[in-house]
Amino acid sequence: MSPEIDTRPQVETQTLEVNLGPQHPSTHGVFRMVATLDGETVIRLKPVMGYMHRNHEKIAEGLTYIGCFPYTDRLDYFCAMTNNLALAVAIERLAGIQVSERGEYIRVIMAELTRLVNHTAVTGFLLNDMGAFGTPLLYAFREREKILDLFEAASGSRMMCNYVRPGGVREDLPAGWVERAWEIVRAYPKFLDEFETLLTKNDIILQRTQQVGKLPQPLAVSAGITGPMLRASGVNYDIRKVDGYSVYPRVQFKVPLGTVGDVYDRYLIRILEMRESLKILEQALQALPTTSPSISPKGAAMGKAPRTFRPPKGHAYGRIEAPKGELGFFLVSDGSPQPYRYRIRPPSFINLTVLEDMCLGQKVADVIVILGSIDIVLCEVDR
Amino acid sequence: MARRLVGFHVLRGMGVTLKTFCETYPWGRAVLRVLRIPSTNGLVTIEYPEVKQQHSERFRYFPFLVYDGTPDDLRCVACKICEQECPPQCIHIVMEKDAQGRPVKVHGRTLPAQFDIDMSICMSCRICVDVCPFDAIEMDNAYELSASDRFEHMLFDKQRLLKSNEYFQQIKPTEASEVDQRLAAKQKKTAAPAQAQPASAAPSSPPAAPPGAGPAAPPTGRTPGPQPTGPPRAPQSPPPGA
Amino acid sequence: MLPAAEALKTELEQLLPGVSVTLEGTALAIAAKDLLAVSRCLKDTDRFAMDYLSNVTAVDYPTEQRIQMVYHLYSMSQRHGPLTLLVNVDRAQPELESVTPLWRSAEFQEREVYDLFGVRFQGHPDLRRILMWDGFEGHPMRRDYVVEDQDNAPEPVR
Repeated sequence: MSPEIDTRPQVETQTLEVNLGPQHPSTHGVFRMVATLDGETVIRLKPVMGYMHRNHEKIAEGLTYIGCFPYTDRLDYFCAMTNNLALAVAIERLAGIQVSERGEYIRVIMAELTRLVNHTAVTGFLLNDMGAFGTPLLYAFREREKILDLFEAASGSRMMCNYVRPGGVREDLPAGWVERAWEIVRAYPKFLDEFETLLTKNDIILQRTQQVGKLPQPLAVSAGITGPMLRASGVNYDIRKVDGYSVYPRVQFKVPLGTVGDVYDRYLIRILEMRESLKILEQALQALPTTSPSISPKGAAMGKAPRTFRPPKGHAYGRIEAPKGELGFFLVSDGSPQPYRYRIRPPSFINLTVLEDMCLGQKVADVIVILGSIDIVLCEVDR
Repeated sequence: MARRLVGFHVLRGMGVTLKTFCETYPWGRAVLRVLRIPSTNGLVTIEYPEVKQQHSERFRYFPFLVYDGTPDDLRCVACKICEQECPPQCIHIVMEKDAQGRPVKVHGRTLPAQFDIDMSICMSCRICVDVCPFDAIEMDNAYELSASDRFEHMLFDKQRLLKSNEYFQQIKPTEASEVDQRLAAKQKKTAAPAQAQPASAAPSSPPAAPPGAGPAAPPTGRTPGPQPTGPPRAPQSPPPGA
Repeated sequence: MLPAAEALKTELEQLLPGVSVTLEGTALAIAAKDLLAVSRCLKDTDRFAMDYLSNVTAVDYPTEQRIQMVYHLYSMSQRHGPLTLLVNVDRAQPELESVTPLWRSAEFQEREVYDLFGVRFQGHPDLRRILMWDGFEGHPMRRDYVVEDQDNAPEPVR
């Protein structure tokens, strides 16, 4: 066939609207994307959410400040510890509560273990979305389970920890916990190496992720993207460094940055962050003070009698670097035991803003991968 | 060189899965030993109904009520603090009252006539345990509670909730012994002022209202505002041993 | 570094004639009509460089007949913040300029405020309900919204 003459019949095409979700395993929950397709190319994509909406913010207006903690566990159920921590930070800012030294270290240890849990799991899920069904996910879950056992030993629950309290943590670590944590911290790099052998240079993964779902730096900043997604686009902004809350200024760690801002960069940033988390964990476990109590007296009294805790009138915004990005709590107090306004700034929700921008012009199969790389949990998106 | 070879890293990855596969079988582990490849026991799952997971001591599921000795001698005094603090509001308590509407006292303590927890609502947060000044409610670790009726079977009444202190000792030895020590110290404190003027300064935590006294007035239903969770401030003035 | 609240107030009033800023603690309260001008100034002036709008939310004060919008601004390039902007809108007719053209991060958050508080944002590219479904009546986060009691719902007719 000569290349000059196109003998194919002229085909009339039309766009096709496809609902991805809400009941679809790749959407990580009940999340729906209304995609308009031209052939296989996405030309429009509207996220639809709210299927899991339970108005946590309204519920919290009828609870005491302590009573809000178990609900925060259920926001991003992978990262209960950091959710607790963010609320505790906000309450401490609101009421000016000092945190005990040991409490600070335990919090940092828990937060970094949570980061390991989250990044391991999300990498597994990302691979699941790419079609590597099961294997990487189960490897990730195998390791995650070991950390969840640690959480259970300390807090009594694997996922719904409800452990961090204003002023420190609810109860001290049980005997032998630190040794178990050391075991995991020592063994984890081996798992990461193995995981990277399996994934990092795999040709199929390179094909599926490189140059897919690129997020340019200016858009990432303007859209308020935070966490690994922002750093994959090359913006050096880590709240652990910027705000220097808790004992993070006392530990040495680096902030990995990406250059391209595609799905592959986000994957690599998460792996590198896990390695940095391990460094933080080593230093924090080393420096964990044994003399100071795990919770300051004011925090302990507050846990015993939540209704007597009445923060002064005013408002406070407390934020931390949660594994998914900036998790903030905005509290308004009217001097009563219940928050007058309780607002969560969920990273998953705001990171979804750019989903359409990243998906335009990509193939429909890439949408799933891009969504997986954002790392959302629908309970946090919908609240 | 290897980078250009398409599929080289796929094969390396398959090596990892092959090794993990071998680790899950005794023969596989033997092969790995012969090949001098460091390996671990790859069996990480358990066959659940036959084999049960070993939970850590602090593992918590649903709350239960502790009694010392006989089930009539329960620690709960129906002060309703847990009912008020429970975030999902799954506890319902009615105090035992006589015909005149006065609270019945046994051994100087008020009693709950009714103590229900709706386990289909309970979210195992442990706040009731934290706020209880009498250490009367604790977290159980029994988790196989499935039932065919969500409303009838998951509404635990007082009889179902009552468990002995020995059971508590058995499931959570560390915590139970701490609680016992605390209660013994409290008992001593209440016994001592019987002879002398109450001299000891009130401890800041736990709020040690003497178990004999109970709340002075029966708390009225769902009045908002603080409940008297701490002891009265009166016996603060004379320092101990003065 | 971000200047202290008083200095920031004077500086803003110098830069933007006709705009009056009042201090509420460390937060800056501005009039609804000035929101876009102040926002643009905070974003584009190099000294402030507030390129990152972290949090947009509202607080309902039914007794004072107002809904207060709260904006938390940070700067990613200068690494300072937060700067809290407070804007009061009328509760009966809540309308405000959208800041989505300046900061994309307001897109979903303003939709959420519209959904839960009923504040209408002028110039928002796609103002629809986001968490509640289309056709839902009322704005659940308002203080006077009555939560439907599921426990005491009438028995279904058999």
